[in-house]
Amino acid sequence: MQQANYIIEVQNVSKYFGEKVALDNINLKVKKGEFVTILGPSGCGKTTLLRLIAGFQTASEGEIRISGQEITQTPPHMRPVNTVFQKYALFPHLNVYDNIAFGLKLKKLPASVIEKKVKSALKMVGMTDYEYRDVDSLSGGQQQRVAIARAIVNNPEVLLLDEPLAALDLKMRKDMQMELKELHKSLGVTFVYVTHDQEEALTLSDTIVVMSEGKIQQIGTPIDIYNEPINSFVADFIGESNILNATMLKDKLVSFAGHEFECVDEGFGENTPVDVVIRPEDIYIFEPSDAAQLRGKVTSCIFKGVHYEMLVQTEDGYELMVQDYNCFEAGREVGLLVKPFDIHVMKKERTCNTFEGHLVDETHVEFLGREFECLPVKDIESGATVQVEVDFNRVTLQDNEEDGMLTGDVNFILYKGDHYHLTVRSDWDEDVYVDTNDVWDDGDRVGITIAPEDIRVVMN
Amino acid sequence: MMKTILAKGYLWLLLALLYSPILIIMIFSFTEAKVLGNWTGFSFNLYSSLFSGGMHHSLTNAIINTFLIALIAATVSTVLGSIAAIGIYNLRSRQRAAMNFVNNIPIMNPDIITGVSLFLLFVSFGISQGFTTVVLAHISFCTPYVVLSVMPRLKKMNPNIYEAALDLGATPFQALRKVILPEILPGMISGFILAFTLSIDDFAVTIFTIGNEGLETLSTYIYADARKGGLTPELRPLSTIIFVTVLVLLIVINRRAEKQKQE
Amino acid sequence: MLNKLSQFFMRRRSWSIPYAIFLLVFVVVPLVLIVAYAFTDEEGAFTLGNFRKFMVHPEAVNTFIYSIGIAMITTILCLVLGYPAAYIMSQKQFKTSKTMVVLFILPMWVNILIRTLATVALFDFLKLPLGEGALIFGMVYNFLPFMIYPIYNTLQKMDQSLIEAAQDLGANPLKVFTKVVLPLSMPGIFSGILMVFMPTVSTFAIAELLTMNNIKLFGTTVQENIYNGMWNYGAALSLIMLLLIAIMSFFSNDEDNAQNESGGVI
Repeated sequence: MQQANYIIEVQNVSKYFGEKVALDNINLKVKKGEFVTILGPSGCGKTTLLRLIAGFQTASEGEIRISGQEITQTPPHMRPVNTVFQKYALFPHLNVYDNIAFGLKLKKLPASVIEKKVKSALKMVGMTDYEYRDVDSLSGGQQQRVAIARAIVNNPEVLLLDEPLAALDLKMRKDMQMELKELHKSLGVTFVYVTHDQEEALTLSDTIVVMSEGKIQQIGTPIDIYNEPINSFVADFIGESNILNATMLKDKLVSFAGHEFECVDEGFGENTPVDVVIRPEDIYIFEPSDAAQLRGKVTSCIFKGVHYEMLVQTEDGYELMVQDYNCFEAGREVGLLVKPFDIHVMKKERTCNTFEGHLVDETHVEFLGREFECLPVKDIESGATVQVEVDFNRVTLQDNEEDGMLTGDVNFILYKGDHYHLTVRSDWDEDVYVDTNDVWDDGDRVGITIAPEDIRVVMN
Repeated sequence: MMKTILAKGYLWLLLALLYSPILIIMIFSFTEAKVLGNWTGFSFNLYSSLFSGGMHHSLTNAIINTFLIALIAATVSTVLGSIAAIGIYNLRSRQRAAMNFVNNIPIMNPDIITGVSLFLLFVSFGISQGFTTVVLAHISFCTPYVVLSVMPRLKKMNPNIYEAALDLGATPFQALRKVILPEILPGMISGFILAFTLSIDDFAVTIFTIGNEGLETLSTYIYADARKGGLTPELRPLSTIIFVTVLVLLIVINRRAEKQKQE
Repeated sequence: MLNKLSQFFMRRRSWSIPYAIFLLVFVVVPLVLIVAYAFTDEEGAFTLGNFRKFMVHPEAVNTFIYSIGIAMITTILCLVLGYPAAYIMSQKQFKTSKTMVVLFILPMWVNILIRTLATVALFDFLKLPLGEGALIFGMVYNFLPFMIYPIYNTLQKMDQSLIEAAQDLGANPLKVFTKVVLPLSMPGIFSGILMVFMPTVSTFAIAELLTMNNIKLFGTTVQENIYNGMWNYGAALSLIMLLLIAIMSFFSNDEDNAQNESGGVI
């Protein structure tokens, strides 16, 4: 049986909270003994997924299996998993010993066995002398150790960790990361770890699951995810990156930032719009010379400890982030070079906004929950369902939401070297994608306007 | 400086005014005179006659009834209110708001309205009024206060600890008993004391639900007694004892609340 | 089936159901019954007769108006006496202890009949006549704590730096009070007015005790009618009282009044 290798199988799982979709058709398989991290920004559904596995919530659709057993509806106390909670959730009326012994006592184990197990768990997390301390008297890090001991003492098949280090300070967090990794190695138990911290994910995991808006974006090893991000969201979320609009001229030749580059990607077709990702440490920076593919001027240079982080404005007006051990002060002319295998080409998810709509009459079309004026449409009957296309750079955003034809919230911002690519969640709950040179902040409330001549109506 | 003395003087004057009636009763509980205002020498006689039953048999009964009703009402209210508080705390926000709204009605309603409405309830359904109806009525106005005193404990609790207990293998009922109960216990105790005090104290609701089978509580006894013109001398030591008891209970609750806030 | 049932109880929000039913039976239904009785006659047929009876009954209307009058006088007296006390206790400069507040609130928890009888005793002791004066004294004495506490609570929660800011901007003590302290304590004042007006307008029994049965208040009218079997008329009178109180609370609507504080006992 192939399946026996997987300890957790999540199949076509969706979770709705009323109208809201928290998880949208999730499929995930976790191998026994693996350290899997579910990574994503807050509100992406990662904690919900963990809670479905733990059993605190039940899936609206789909199936979850642990060790091949279907457990979708099983209550949490009957599942072979244990959880380490974000804010520890230690029982405040019990001391350290009784907290850890809680699960064992429920199993009615003999007192001598309980004592042995609790002591060994305490030893494992380095809290040997704290047995009879009041949990409120412990520091955050110590409480976290007790929480981990309380979970692992039950020998779970899977240990679920919900942002366990989020409440700790930076130094403590680094130490605990190392300890968790050690613990995983020595226990051999499967870890499912939820975090929003990409660095933590890269450090700890065997496999990273990147989530956004209730969907899995990419599953892979830390190296895969870092080097071959599948889309601009993943590229932007994991590590620092330059993401630019580009055109794939033909196999192994791509054009961006006003220059043609050799690359290693094939199979995108000819003259296809794509996104490219270049990590800042993959750009070579040097005195202007013939070797330079791009020339530009350094606009800022910051020392980051090991390397310098510089922003370079190219002659064609693109801004690139470059990391190098050498310092090029602001104002200096420089040359830049990127090697073919450091250019990661990604398929564009979309090249313009497309909306479902319907034609009201020859010059009016309804979409995004309201009626828009458009150029006269011929050949399509009024009332027909149509597809409406709007280019990213033809959508105008206004500060004053009343000025717009409709309103929305800026949801996601991507810097593309010479402009920003924004995702605006309209009040109609559809996303509008906007290219703009103006600076907006995440969460800004905006008015959205689309001019009649920028609306293309296409037969469905 | 002058200002402080004036301000404090005002407060003490007001307090003197507030406490003078109670003080008069307390002072005259230590003398035997039938008519209040006559001092016939210091004596514990009224106290001893209160406890030896050397007074109306009906007063003894009223006292027993009052405490029995308060004990039952406070116990039931505490259980019902605590379970309800856990439920309400876990409701979705709109339902929770609705429950809180209805929960506040008995608190905001004037006693007489509560009394009349419950009276109409019992007569409409042909329930004969007596001990049971009084207890039910008392539960109905005590429970909201229990809910209000348990709720802050729940709000303060880490919402994950219930889940942590389930996660470690506890059934929902075990999780309730071993984790939630110890957490809300202080709120339940405060709620119980509060309910007990409210029940002992109540007059308006009781008079509407007590029926005419001859059942008396302390309140209705005092009322009947006062309408007859006089005040049974034994009521003076009784009032004193009740006042001191309430005072002690309230100080206990207050200390608990203060301590909770400090935590 | 058993599984379904256990799942139902596992959802803790289900635990509010017994109390929801209890509230429905013992709070909502009784209130609905008041309305139902008020608008029906003894045979259960719809009628406005109960309200007409009240309107044409000068004694009842007079009692109603008299009760409102007494309640207003009591409320004003409580405000005039209580505000300075609340203010003094809330200000750090006077260094009053917390126990002072408790002392003011304590009488609130003593049986209203005992408090009233104590007032009667005091008047007897001082050889003062019982009557309107005793009635108002008794009311103020009974309900003053209800005025002091909410005002004290708002004043105490007020940010002291606001006063300092006003002084810094050149306000003299009088201006600080009228332009900053008073407006900010309005919610407390409103809730105090409501908490005094409501019980005073609805009390029964204590008026007779304080006036040797010479003065009757509206609450007593309601009680007597119910007591004498005139349930429909009594319900209508209750509804009128409820309406009056609803109007009052509408005007002094405030969300977080003193009672809902955590621990919210004293």
